[in-house]
Amino acid sequence: MISKLGFGKWALPLYAIIALTFLMIPIAYTFIFSFNDSLKTNIVWRGFTFNKWLDVCNQQEVCEAFGNSLIIGVTATVCATILGTMIAIALVRYRFRFRSAISLLLFLPMATPEVVLGAGLASEFLTAGVDKGMVTIIIAHTMFCVSFVVVTVKARVSTLDPALEEAGRDLYGSPNQVFWRITFPLLLPGIIAAALLSFALSFDDFIITYFNSGTTNTFPKYVYVSAARGIPAEANVIASAVFFLAIILVLISQVSSAIRRKRLEKVS
Amino acid sequence: MAFGAFATGVAREQGPRRKSRIALLLLLPGILYLMLFFLVPLISLVLTSLQEPIPNGDIGEYQTAFRWENYADVIGTYGEHILRSFIYAILATIFALLFSYPLAYFIGVKARRWPLVQNLLLVLVIAPFFISFLLRTLAWKSILSDEGFVISGLKALSLMAPDAHFTGTAASVIFGLTYNFIPFMTLPLYSTLERLDTRLLEAGGDLYANPAKTFFRVTIPLSMSGIVSGVLLTFIPAAGDYINASRNFLGGSGTAMIGNVIESNFLVTLNYPAAAALSIILMAVILVMVTAYVKRSGTEDLL
Repeated sequence: MISKLGFGKWALPLYAIIALTFLMIPIAYTFIFSFNDSLKTNIVWRGFTFNKWLDVCNQQEVCEAFGNSLIIGVTATVCATILGTMIAIALVRYRFRFRSAISLLLFLPMATPEVVLGAGLASEFLTAGVDKGMVTIIIAHTMFCVSFVVVTVKARVSTLDPALEEAGRDLYGSPNQVFWRITFPLLLPGIIAAALLSFALSFDDFIITYFNSGTTNTFPKYVYVSAARGIPAEANVIASAVFFLAIILVLISQVSSAIRRKRLEKVS
Repeated sequence: MAFGAFATGVAREQGPRRKSRIALLLLLPGILYLMLFFLVPLISLVLTSLQEPIPNGDIGEYQTAFRWENYADVIGTYGEHILRSFIYAILATIFALLFSYPLAYFIGVKARRWPLVQNLLLVLVIAPFFISFLLRTLAWKSILSDEGFVISGLKALSLMAPDAHFTGTAASVIFGLTYNFIPFMTLPLYSTLERLDTRLLEAGGDLYANPAKTFFRVTIPLSMSGIVSGVLLTFIPAAGDYINASRNFLGGSGTAMIGNVIESNFLVTLNYPAAAALSIILMAVILVMVTAYVKRSGTEDLL
């Protein structure tokens, strides 16, 4: 009866549309309220304005926190991507002892709740008498990003055809040349994906940061601390801008890989 | 494939010693880093959890000891919070699974004919990751506040008592946890369902199984590895989260989770041993639950 009405055919697409719309609600809300002509707090709609977008640094504190988040994100991403890529290459390409212990050490940080990672590092810094600030945040972010880089790059390394490197060696390429001219360019899409993931994780991290930040402010920490007294619309501007930038990057990578696939299909 | 095996065979013959030295050089920096900033902190946490206050010392001054009673103390004081965290996290995980499965099934199986649509739908699934976690939670707080149109609408329709609230209740915290971790559930489900061989579903129908039976006997077992990783990826961060349960976000006075008490003990009252003991308990319970769950679901080679 139900299937005769075509309900079965439409139920799933309809559900998908509703579910995805539901996922978009807070994003739309944040974006819309970035145009709110608000004062200190941004809860009640007071009228439309572009001013918040044109003058983000009007709220100096937000802007400064955002700047710190960028510095931390870029530094931690560079460190984690280098360390993680090296590990990923070693894991796929070489045989060595203690492999399972190393895999466990890489897996555990991903399976540990952030609050435990944050409190652990904070207690280490406390015992060692290290002052918390920008450097300790970068150390913390690099730590939790390494494992994600390893997972992402490893997937790429294992799809790589060793015959290509073999061909490079046959053509008298030195190990250095083979790596930088063949292996590295082939790994690059995986490395870029890993770097973007690291940056996204670092930029949005709050819990680990809060335990290890001292007096240094980051964008999520600013939002958390100001939540009680109200968040200015400038914060919505920054979050929306970051959102659209990330979406554009993802769409570009999706479209370019689709084009590449089409071209490969034509060749073969 | 055979060619690849041949190539690595030759490489190994050339100089196994040099190779292992390269592996060591590649591994050493990262592994040392993780030991220093992941393993040592965990050990430090265990040691801190056993410390005792310095007699006549200031607030926040502790000395090394083996005060195991710290664990009994925090369980006595915060047992309710610990229990609440796991109940909230389990419920959020169940809701996220129920929400995500049909969505992942649609994207992974039904939308297979249109790869571009499939990719765009996936972008929509991960889109919430790109907007600040804290701001999207605050957005829900505004939308679902007593003055917001959702709650006032429900009250106008008498579907909700006029003096009832949503934000600040357990339901709102569980709602927030579910929403925030949905992409962690949908993505692994998608990646197993995307590889599901639909001929097996047809075979189920050919053998006179009704759609429901095919679903429970064929589809679910075949997507078990995705369910297991989705459940783990949702449950672990949800159990340790304290943003949703925080009073300034979706929580209220009676919703504090273990993360909230770890935060306040560590950063506000400077009771480091209590915070450390709670962290170790959280970590231990999660490891036990995860191991038991993975063993029962039969995907031991998940790692």
